[in-house]
Amino acid sequence: MNFITIDKKDWAPGVDQSRNTYRVYGPVEDENGCQIKPLAPDMQPKMDAPVTVMSAKSVLFPQTEKILTATLDESKEDHHVMKPVETDDMPRVVLGIRPYDAKAVHLVKLNFDNPDYKDPYWCAAYDATTFVGLGVTRPGPCDFSTAVGSGPFSEEGLDVLMADMDDKYLAKILTEKGEKWAAACGFDTAADPKESQVLFDVLRKEAEKQIQADVATDKLAQKTILDLYDAPFWDEVAFSCINCGTCTYVCPTCWCFDIQDETRHNTAVRFRNWDTCMSSLFTHHASGHNPRGTKVQRVRQRFMHKLKYFLDKYDQGIMCVGCGRCVASCPVNIDIREVCNRMNDYETTK
Amino acid sequence: MENPYLPYPVRIDDIEVATEDKSLKTFTFVFVNPEDEEKFAYKAGQFAELSIPGVGEIPIGIASSPVEKGFVKFTVFRTGVVTTHLHNMKKGDLMGIRGPLGNWYPWDKLENKNVVIIGGGFAFTTLRSSIVYMLDPANRKKFKNIDVVYGARSPGMLLYREELFDWEKRDDINMHITVDGTDDPDWKYHTGFVPQVVEDNAPVADEDTYAIVCGPPIMIKFTQPALTKLGYQPHQIIMSLENRMKCGIGMCGRCNIGKELVCKDGPVFTLEEINQTPKEY
Repeated sequence: MNFITIDKKDWAPGVDQSRNTYRVYGPVEDENGCQIKPLAPDMQPKMDAPVTVMSAKSVLFPQTEKILTATLDESKEDHHVMKPVETDDMPRVVLGIRPYDAKAVHLVKLNFDNPDYKDPYWCAAYDATTFVGLGVTRPGPCDFSTAVGSGPFSEEGLDVLMADMDDKYLAKILTEKGEKWAAACGFDTAADPKESQVLFDVLRKEAEKQIQADVATDKLAQKTILDLYDAPFWDEVAFSCINCGTCTYVCPTCWCFDIQDETRHNTAVRFRNWDTCMSSLFTHHASGHNPRGTKVQRVRQRFMHKLKYFLDKYDQGIMCVGCGRCVASCPVNIDIREVCNRMNDYETTK
Repeated sequence: MENPYLPYPVRIDDIEVATEDKSLKTFTFVFVNPEDEEKFAYKAGQFAELSIPGVGEIPIGIASSPVEKGFVKFTVFRTGVVTTHLHNMKKGDLMGIRGPLGNWYPWDKLENKNVVIIGGGFAFTTLRSSIVYMLDPANRKKFKNIDVVYGARSPGMLLYREELFDWEKRDDINMHITVDGTDDPDWKYHTGFVPQVVEDNAPVADEDTYAIVCGPPIMIKFTQPALTKLGYQPHQIIMSLENRMKCGIGMCGRCNIGKELVCKDGPVFTLEEINQTPKEY
């Protein structure tokens, strides 16, 4: 494992140098708050930004993405034959991603890259992307990442983990992708591995101490799906929900999507768009039947999917990295930490 | 990397109005590229996405059987944007088929067993595929007794009428055709709902008998107790479920029932499996 130091005065020139090889993404501040976005040539990432409003999931899974196209011009030999749009294989780097968001990519990968099917668009983007994380030294009040298998200095899913040391970054190179990125930036000042690791550990412990996460997941696996599904608290949990779907859009681990066609002149395009299980249309059959037609059914689905179905299906923990965005963004204060504890503590009386 | 969203191009080779109210049509497709037919190797019980560029996709059970070569058939109810568009298309038009998708009836397990097929309404499509598969000369000896209970609202709503009456004449399959009601004085088959016809006519279960059930939710709901009365255990009742599907490959997240995805882990489940899941179908 290599450690390097990056003097902050070398940071911007290094990032600019890497643009010859990479499309650069990072946190930027705009009218909608802080977002991870592709950086224009004259822009630098806002590395000291607080939690971004949205996670980095759109880097691999855009909100709207063209997947297929066809000509409808019947004078063309290949009319009505759908063809894939080219996947975007250009190397890209996401700077300043927080460790919990990188862990989320690892969880989402289970859906898009599995032994049965590979999503070519997500996989191409994943293969092309280098994740350069920045450890969280001042966790926000909604951060409960340590309780769900991540943490402010978690390395899972990252290619480089950096720590802000005031006038410099200390960077731990975790993968070959990370090495290539550092080389493309010209960052090559080696740091002492032992001393660096000690510093990382100190920073990690200090950051973890600040997280007041009273969230337990240890008993979820022992419970049956049907017991939790039939638990009496779902009406109460869902009472205030307005089905806005914000929780699912801001979530770094929510991956549900819709597929829609559009035509313009003689060209048909098939898109996929983010979708949300909070919408009643999400499961509405053409026949009119809707297995999740009520709000409480949909709210239960969201929490059961994240905290029980995912856990049972993949045996890789729950489908939540503790970023706290859904807690902070919910207009009616529904709190996944409370719901998780209720589910974890629920004892059936049967 | 193979693209699982990419449909095979197909041409509509035939369109047959399937019911007297014209709400169902059977479409026969041929593959534009013959090699695609081999890649589209399916088993009875699977479904596919019918894909009309610029309009959209719909998941539909495959009505033809793997033993029928050179084409693939789907019987489609006109109900939404894509199905209405499809109903308005004509012979020779080009579109796409994506699949085959999902699992299938457990044919290996059903070998040397009695099989009871129970279907209602237009859900009979994958059951037609199964019956043709089992009656194929190369396969018939693999199964013991075959019973079919099939019901429609009225005689004019029965699908595949000619085949039904051909099967009825055979002595290696027991057909129990029923309609909810009819004014036809010459109607010589059953009148009444599928669950009652099952209770009155389906064979009593022994450990070598399996029932395959496919139909509207209300029919499935009332057929289960009828089969239980006849002694069928939950592992002997095999059902094909429907949920709203989109991607068909388990990624878009909308068709789950508990941790199972109907499009990928199903649509075929035993009642034993379904009893372990929330009733979200």
